[in-house]
Amino acid sequence: MKVGIPAEITPAELRVAATPKTVKRLQKQGFEVFIQHGAGVKANFSDKEFEEAGATIVQTPAEIYSQMDIVLKVKEPTAEEVAMMKENLVLLSYLWPAQNPDLLKMLADKKVNAVAMDAIPRISRAQKMDVLSSMANIAGYRAVIEGSYHYGRFLNGQITAAGKVEPAKVLVIGAGVAGLAAIGAANSLGAIVRAFDTRKEVAEQIESMGASFLTVEINEDGATASGYSKEMSKEFIEAEMKLFLEQAKEVDIVITTAQIPGKSAPKLWLDYHVAAMKPGSVIIDLAASTGGNCALTKNNEVYTTPNGVTIVGKLNQLPTQASQLYGNNLCHLLDDMGKAEKFKIDMEDAVVSRAMVTYNGKVNWPPAPLQVSPTAGGGAKKVAAPTAEETKANEAEVAKKKAVTTVISLAVIGALLLLVGAFAPSEFIQHFTVFVLAIFVGWQVITNVSHSLHTPLMAVTNAISGIIVTGGLLQTKDDIGNIMTILASAAVLVASINIVGGFVVTHRMLKMFKK
Amino acid sequence: MFIAKEIQTAAYLFASILFILSLSGLASQESAKRGVFYGIVGMAIAIFATVMGKGVEGHIYIISAIAIASVIGILVARKVEMTAMPQLVAILHSFVGLAAVLVGVGSYLDPETQKLTGAEHTIHLVEVFVGIFIGMITFTGSIIAWGKLQGKVPSKPWSFAGLQMMNLILLLACVALGILFGRAEGTSGMMYLDIMMGIAAFIGVVLVMAIGGGDMPVVVSMLNSYSGWAAAAAGFMLGNDLLIVTGALVGSSGAILSMHMCEAMNRSFFSVIFASASLGPKGERKAMEGEVTALNHEEVANLLKEAKSIVIVPGYGMAVAKAQYPIYELVQTLRKAGKNVRFAIHPVAGRLPGHMNVLLAEANVPYDIVLEMDEINEDMPETDVVMVIGANDVVNPSAQDDPASSIYGMPVIEVWKAEKVIIMKRSMSAGYSGEDNPLFYKPNSEMLYGDAKASVEKILSFLR
Repeated sequence: MKVGIPAEITPAELRVAATPKTVKRLQKQGFEVFIQHGAGVKANFSDKEFEEAGATIVQTPAEIYSQMDIVLKVKEPTAEEVAMMKENLVLLSYLWPAQNPDLLKMLADKKVNAVAMDAIPRISRAQKMDVLSSMANIAGYRAVIEGSYHYGRFLNGQITAAGKVEPAKVLVIGAGVAGLAAIGAANSLGAIVRAFDTRKEVAEQIESMGASFLTVEINEDGATASGYSKEMSKEFIEAEMKLFLEQAKEVDIVITTAQIPGKSAPKLWLDYHVAAMKPGSVIIDLAASTGGNCALTKNNEVYTTPNGVTIVGKLNQLPTQASQLYGNNLCHLLDDMGKAEKFKIDMEDAVVSRAMVTYNGKVNWPPAPLQVSPTAGGGAKKVAAPTAEETKANEAEVAKKKAVTTVISLAVIGALLLLVGAFAPSEFIQHFTVFVLAIFVGWQVITNVSHSLHTPLMAVTNAISGIIVTGGLLQTKDDIGNIMTILASAAVLVASINIVGGFVVTHRMLKMFKK
Repeated sequence: MFIAKEIQTAAYLFASILFILSLSGLASQESAKRGVFYGIVGMAIAIFATVMGKGVEGHIYIISAIAIASVIGILVARKVEMTAMPQLVAILHSFVGLAAVLVGVGSYLDPETQKLTGAEHTIHLVEVFVGIFIGMITFTGSIIAWGKLQGKVPSKPWSFAGLQMMNLILLLACVALGILFGRAEGTSGMMYLDIMMGIAAFIGVVLVMAIGGGDMPVVVSMLNSYSGWAAAAAGFMLGNDLLIVTGALVGSSGAILSMHMCEAMNRSFFSVIFASASLGPKGERKAMEGEVTALNHEEVANLLKEAKSIVIVPGYGMAVAKAQYPIYELVQTLRKAGKNVRFAIHPVAGRLPGHMNVLLAEANVPYDIVLEMDEINEDMPETDVVMVIGANDVVNPSAQDDPASSIYGMPVIEVWKAEKVIIMKRSMSAGYSGEDNPLFYKPNSEMLYGDAKASVEKILSFLR
């Protein structure tokens, strides 16, 4: 099968859908690879490198779109590009299906089977092809690097001969993949990092990356089954804004990463927040392309406000790195679809069926919802937590029931004891008393035994239960012909093995325990 | 020369106190050795006081029996491998059961007790009957448990639908036999006793046959408990308080251990004992999602080099492979490199309560880096690498998130919260519970196939 990679025609798009490394990988999967002349130039890959890796260079995009079976692309295709496509072409690209209904229609009319890489469901199995995660990772890292550049001071605190330098304070809003990557990068540069997210469950992740988790005093969790956060209530947003205002006065770099799929980005950092910031501070808005989290962000622009705050609405994509990761994601997806030999569009497959936004001339968007569990092993926790009052009521009820059963069982035991007392001879009662008290003592004593000593405990109780030897001792007679003597001697024998063996082995075990 | 009955009783009392002190000594490692000493002294006093008591005959047989037994006992206890400890404990339990049966039969045949009349006689017969019944179940049950642990009897649960019903009928038959036995004159009840022994032996066998290998810790501690009750029953029939006290101590000790184990598996005691685990799980099982990825030894060694905090979760597989020594060597190497290495022990890891602790102690692992499940679980998210060595069910996330799983609700070590999990395993087979383990499919978990001992040694060679 033939796989083709066209050059990206959007000037701002620096990435390319394949690198020499992924070309090799594609060939290993059994594909023939064709790449348009100059496709990798903006990402620092020359035609020569691609040729050395085994790809064939073609001159025009038309050759790619009309002769290939599969086309790998980064940016969603323009109308001209779609016009060049042949029927039954498989297209792997960013498509933003929610924002581009017209594009989907065009592709469907052309009978192109298009996979929107940005619509790969975010389930564990599909993580290796999740382009949003791999690109977000780059964006998060880059946000810190560029933020640091515009900030123009150290991020880490230092005490030097020339004086003390305070560490920079970085606030990250939204702890998705980009947010977490930003936290990690800022933390390793030595900044004091704080992070905010409406989903309480990410607190742990935030802290694990080395930031402190900021939260508001309203108990509302923004987590949803899809893994993205939902929109919050009015009270929550007010509290959030207040929190941000306090932070605005303190922090030096703000990195916002909040995006809602298929909608414009929520406005989280408003004009008065910017106004409250110190001159020289920096805002990096990773949501700039979808409208920006900051009210003053200008897409694809870096500028400084009158009060000296630099707002960055444009980031270097790190095209070399990004192309490599994106190419890997594509390879993984092709791997999953059966490589060249068994290539198949399996509409039963949870990943393919959701990302395949046009298929057989039909638009397949939006797909059926898929439940994602963002918390590992959180199933048990997701059960609706009862309110404090409910728990209290439950506890009271349980305690009440417990008390009732205790009273009943005590009464039964008492009655049984009385019954025994009424019929049994006094000697039996005496033994019985000893028996019951011994059980209680045993209970108290054993409860204190440490877990790690349970095996020695069993060995020692084993030895002690060899006390049954006394039974044999009492029954032995002088006359060996007596059946009783034989039985008793046998009992003494086995019980003694038990005693000696039990004690010796316990001793052996305990000798091994040392601090 | 005889000692008076009063002095004998006093000696018994002293021995009882020593036994209690012996058990309470096991509350901590420091006092445990003293505990064994108390136990030995108590036992010596008890035997001496009994032998010197009035009416004991046949000293020559007694002494030779004890001598032979001591030699056997010492040899066995010295030679046994620590990994074979569960088997030894099980077979020793069977001895107590056997002794109880022998003593019970002897007591029935004893002309002295034939002289009893009225309620005393009836109660004595009941005591004999019950004592032999418990003793016999302990005897055969322990032998089967030993066979399962030794691998001579298949460890898979052997069970069928009417099992409980059958056990109930057999139990009722024993009660009926007991009534007939109680009415029989002289020693003519022997026949009923024989039949009952046969039935009890059979019950002991099926009771343990029906229990799977994973539930072995419960079975062994339950048999421990039974052996105690058998001793106590013998005490009743002989009117001997020392036996009663000691039997009760051991009986309740075993019962508590069984309950601990059951709690650790989130199973009711009865469901383990009556093998209702074989009932199918309710509802649809979760499908496995993701794929299993494997690493080689060098990659694992590199992961360990980079990690700061490492937790090792050992299981029965470590015992089988006898990997505790190389593991400790690995731990020492890593600790020397300044890493925080600890062990996490699940309460039911292994085939005996506390089995893992004993094995690690054998390899000289200091016990302050050996932690329990509850102590370590909260540290899991900060842990860089978890090495699961021969454990499966105790790290199965299904227990928390899959209600259809047969181990749902069982507390487990939450290894999947760590940065990276390495699972050392011989193959992809399921654990003793027969459950597939979604842990293997998680993106942060990697398999390392092969024998645990050989693998650890290989990793060590890369670390040096």
